[in-house]
Amino acid sequence: MSEVRAAPAGAIALRGVDKTYANGTRAIDGVSLEIAAGSFVSVLGPSGCGKSTLLRMIAGLIVPTDGRIETGARGREIGFVFQEPTLLPWATAEANVALPLRLMGVDAADRRERARQMLARVGLEGFEGAWPRELSGGMKMRVSIARALVDRPRVLLLDEPFAALDEIARHRLNADLLDLWRETGVTVVFVTHSVFESAFLSQRIVVMSARPGRIVADLAVDTDQTRDEAFRTSPAYGATCRRVSDALREAMAA
Amino acid sequence: MSGAWSRFAAPAIVGLVVLAAWEIAVRTGGVPPYILPGPLLIARTLVADWGTLAPALVATLRIAALALLAAVVVGVALAVLFTQSRWLERSLLPYAIVLQVTPIVSIAPLIIVWANDVTLSLLICAWIVAFFPILSNTMLGLNSVDHNLLGLFQLYGAGRWRTLLHLRLPAALPYFLGGLRISGGLALIGAVVAEFVAGAGGSGSGLAYRILEAGYQLKIPRMFAALVLISAAGIAIHLLLAALSHLLLRRWHDSEAGRAL
Ligand SMILES: Nc1ncnc2c1ncn2[C@@H]1O[C@H](COP(=O)(O)OP(=O)(O)OP(=O)(O)O)[C@@H](O)[C@H]1O
Ligand SMILES: [Mg+2]
Repeated sequence: MSEVRAAPAGAIALRGVDKTYANGTRAIDGVSLEIAAGSFVSVLGPSGCGKSTLLRMIAGLIVPTDGRIETGARGREIGFVFQEPTLLPWATAEANVALPLRLMGVDAADRRERARQMLARVGLEGFEGAWPRELSGGMKMRVSIARALVDRPRVLLLDEPFAALDEIARHRLNADLLDLWRETGVTVVFVTHSVFESAFLSQRIVVMSARPGRIVADLAVDTDQTRDEAFRTSPAYGATCRRVSDALREAMAA
Repeated sequence: MSGAWSRFAAPAIVGLVVLAAWEIAVRTGGVPPYILPGPLLIARTLVADWGTLAPALVATLRIAALALLAAVVVGVALAVLFTQSRWLERSLLPYAIVLQVTPIVSIAPLIIVWANDVTLSLLICAWIVAFFPILSNTMLGLNSVDHNLLGLFQLYGAGRWRTLLHLRLPAALPYFLGGLRISGGLALIGAVVAEFVAGAGGSGSGLAYRILEAGYQLKIPRMFAALVLISAAGIAIHLLLAALSHLLLRRWHDSEAGRAL
């Protein structure tokens, strides 16, 4: 039996969650995880271990086969960023960002105002009228993040959002994402397969094993340091990367 | 410059060379006009017989246009219904396919008997020929929506109706327009074929009837003139629908973006 029940606003709790797809693929096996409201958690694991499956279950897009998921946010209080930008190709950047508001019935003037503010916030001022095909990969990802944040969600779920970007763009978007997180106090669950990205961003890193996905390590990261470019060369960052790498190696061996 | 050259000048030159060769062959070979008239004679006939040919062209175009309109309305409506309900699709789609694969000449006589009205029966025939590409292409488009976008709409609680309106229909537009271009030509073919089968004379008769009539009277140049009009109408329909497609897609769809009209 599965059920979804409310957790405190912005918090997420998974209890003994299993997921077996209709074709018999066991994607997730007995995952229990508590995520505090307002925290930044990365989920790291080898390809095919069920990270996307986990995120889609938290969002309520698919239901677990067994176990319980409690999310302190409902549908529209959840922002979702996919691995691809997933924009409407027939809508401008502004209309794409305004989509959640439009589906909610917010009036046009308000929609426009908030979409413009959010676009400016992700560094896309002046690109309101641009069509997705006119934007670079990084810019499209920014539009996608702006869309996820436009209605001030309590929970932001990101599924390898920067995997397709070059390193420079990725670093910049990492820094901007951290800024947005601090400003909004949103709970972030960030799926990645990059050890470095998770070590740079997170307060906590959850490492999963190869399929069926289980949690094999749950590492807290020292949170005192400011995460700026200098942090990338600090000993604390290096130590975190090493711990995560070791855990990941064990996960692959297991 | 080179774009305009290859688009207009190149086909025009090919056409002129072929026409010139045709005219020369007819004249030097002494081919009589009742076997094969030369292009100049056809052009003269076109002008001379304009009084009978023009109303026939209008009649045929009217049938084709109405049939295309009906094909769009029924095709899109059925496509939407089928994608909303598996059950409807399973029970009705096979019959749409049966209509599509049945040669129109073989059922046209039946339709003419049943409809008991020439215009209506021509319309039904042309519609049967034209509607399937619109139905199948629109269905394909409505179903090829990115599943992550569908997830997003689900997350925002969009519901069936708004998902259709804001996601499925716009996503299907390029597919629909592709189907429309095929159906435009088919509607004309359907109208002409149905006229042939009906063989209906009188004041409202179309180009196909004029061809039949000219054939009986051995007015071969007039036959050719009517043929020229049918081809020209086909080209005009194609260009019109291509322009429509360009207008609707040029800003966002890769098939049209960055192309001049
Ligand atoms: N709709 C589905 N039906 C059947 N099996 C599926 C489905 N979606 C995913 N799977 C399977 O479940 C497993 C986990 O998939 P998932 O997409 O969650 O992995 P992932 O960790 O996100 O991988 P990646 O890092 O490559 O994105 C895979 O073996 C995949 O083949
Ligand atoms: Mg994935």
